[in-house]
Amino acid sequence: MPAFRKEKDMKLSKAIKKNLKNWQLYLFLLIPLAYIVVFCYIPMLGAQIAFRDYSVKDGIWGSKWVGLKNIMKFLDSPIFDSLMVNTLSLSLYTLAVSTPLAIIFALILNSLPSARFRKTAQTIVNIPHFISIVVLVGMMMQVFHSRIGLYGITTSFFTGKYPADLFASPSAFRHMYVWSGVWQHFGWNSIIYTAALSGVSLDLHEAAQIDGASRFQRILHVDLPAIRPTITITLILSMGNVMTVGFEKAFLMQNGLNSSASEIISTYVYKIGLNSAIPNFSYSTAIGLFNSVISLILVTLVNRIARRLSETSLW
Amino acid sequence: MIRNFKPHAAHVKKSGSDRCFYMICYSVVVLCLLIVLLPMMYVLAASFSSAAAVNAGKVWLWPVDFSLKGYETVLQYKSVWIGYKNTIIYTLCGTLINVAVTMLCAYPLSRKELGGRTFFTFLFSFTMLFSGGLIPTYILIRDLRMINTVWAMLLPGAMSVYNMIIARVFIESSIPGDLLEASRLDGASDAQYFFHVVLPLSKAVIAVIALYYAVGHWNSFFNAFIYLNDKVLYPLQLFLRDILVQNNIDSSDITDPEMAAQIQGLAAQLKYPIIVISTLPMVCLYPFVQKHFNKGVMVGSLKG
Repeated sequence: MPAFRKEKDMKLSKAIKKNLKNWQLYLFLLIPLAYIVVFCYIPMLGAQIAFRDYSVKDGIWGSKWVGLKNIMKFLDSPIFDSLMVNTLSLSLYTLAVSTPLAIIFALILNSLPSARFRKTAQTIVNIPHFISIVVLVGMMMQVFHSRIGLYGITTSFFTGKYPADLFASPSAFRHMYVWSGVWQHFGWNSIIYTAALSGVSLDLHEAAQIDGASRFQRILHVDLPAIRPTITITLILSMGNVMTVGFEKAFLMQNGLNSSASEIISTYVYKIGLNSAIPNFSYSTAIGLFNSVISLILVTLVNRIARRLSETSLW
Repeated sequence: MIRNFKPHAAHVKKSGSDRCFYMICYSVVVLCLLIVLLPMMYVLAASFSSAAAVNAGKVWLWPVDFSLKGYETVLQYKSVWIGYKNTIIYTLCGTLINVAVTMLCAYPLSRKELGGRTFFTFLFSFTMLFSGGLIPTYILIRDLRMINTVWAMLLPGAMSVYNMIIARVFIESSIPGDLLEASRLDGASDAQYFFHVVLPLSKAVIAVIALYYAVGHWNSFFNAFIYLNDKVLYPLQLFLRDILVQNNIDSSDITDPEMAAQIQGLAAQLKYPIIVISTLPMVCLYPFVQKHFNKGVMVGSLKG
């Protein structure tokens, strides 16, 4: 027994010694670790105020526990349904449109013979990715201006009268939101597929070509299967993110007239927590937490399903 | 002949259907390019046109009644330059901090023999899946007394775990392990190896993540919107929101009184040059970094 313990101790001290030799690595790691603990894990602990009745006087740890009251209040509130519908329809609409378009664009671009043309085209379609959301929304307001914008001028040129204001219409909001996103990011989103395509073995193309496959057939039977793992991974990521629709664009595009379509969870969290006469930190945190937990469950689920179906997964 | 085979090479005779297919492909790509370019050309054209032509809806894709008045007005508009200065400061300092923290994290995690590596990797990756949310973060920043300070712009996003993974995978896959052995034999410590071998060999990935971070800082609006309330600290994007989205043009900001009187008429004209001036720096930066993309982005995004 003592001999065994001694051996164990020696093993342990050996491990410590081995790691001590790497002390400089741990010193490096200390800085990012401090960052992640302070700015990511402390707020996670702070999220407990979702189950308390937060008051500035008592602080996060001293406020009274109220259990699931805030979550229940959100689930029962009349705005719950429309928030969920708006959030999910924006993200599912985006997912349904932007991923296939990015894949198709990558496949088409990759099949073009001229390398120089491919490169130029890629550079150009990536430019909008670098435009900020504020400027994008500003540009949309100008371009879709019903009188002096590109949209207004073109419509009045063909029909003879000025169209209705798109920013005032809840039904137009979703389309504008999604398609402006496609405009801005389809080139960028296709980079990852273009990269995967450039790794496709030439032997496969050669063999298919000798068998008499046309370029189109080679896209379907050589290129597409080659990027399937990439597609799976991006789909897992985006399925996991269906509940997280960014705050900025919806908030900037929002106005009193279209808010029935543009009020989503993240803008509502902001409104309740920071932008109201009586800010309610606990309620706002509860809504945010509800959202994050569902997202976490979704990613885990989708990842598990993907691993079972296709042996490609995030972890 | 087989060694020189290229998937697009012409030595296998192109069939008629292939030629037709290429025609369709080229037209689709050209159409995409047009869709991307048209709105940008409209903004550019309007920025060089007179206010009257823009307000009358005459400008389509080419400047009408060429005028630099819009750009002159922007030069007079004080808050744009305050914002510009702040944004440059936030972008430079922020990116420096980002790249430093990211590399300090990526390098140790790339070393397979590091004890607790799996645990640390999980600790970092988990933050990509779950976060405390808006209000707990706001309370933290408030309790750290960082509201309305430069630090609120620099520290909360000091590292993106996604970029860290890109850098880590790059170090793992493109710096040979033999180099570590060799420099150990020469008596180099881990730190010396990092500064003299890893960093110089990681230029490609550093360029790519620096671009990501810089674009992020330049375009970021949310943190400033939440944490800053002193106009002197505002970044460009907040002023842009006032002008472009809220339609608030503050005529007291114009130094020239004659111009201030005209400001309402110039409102429309001011927007286009501002869009151009605020967007150009990042768009111009991109092509210089693009050549590193093959090495940087792909490795990370595929294995991340």
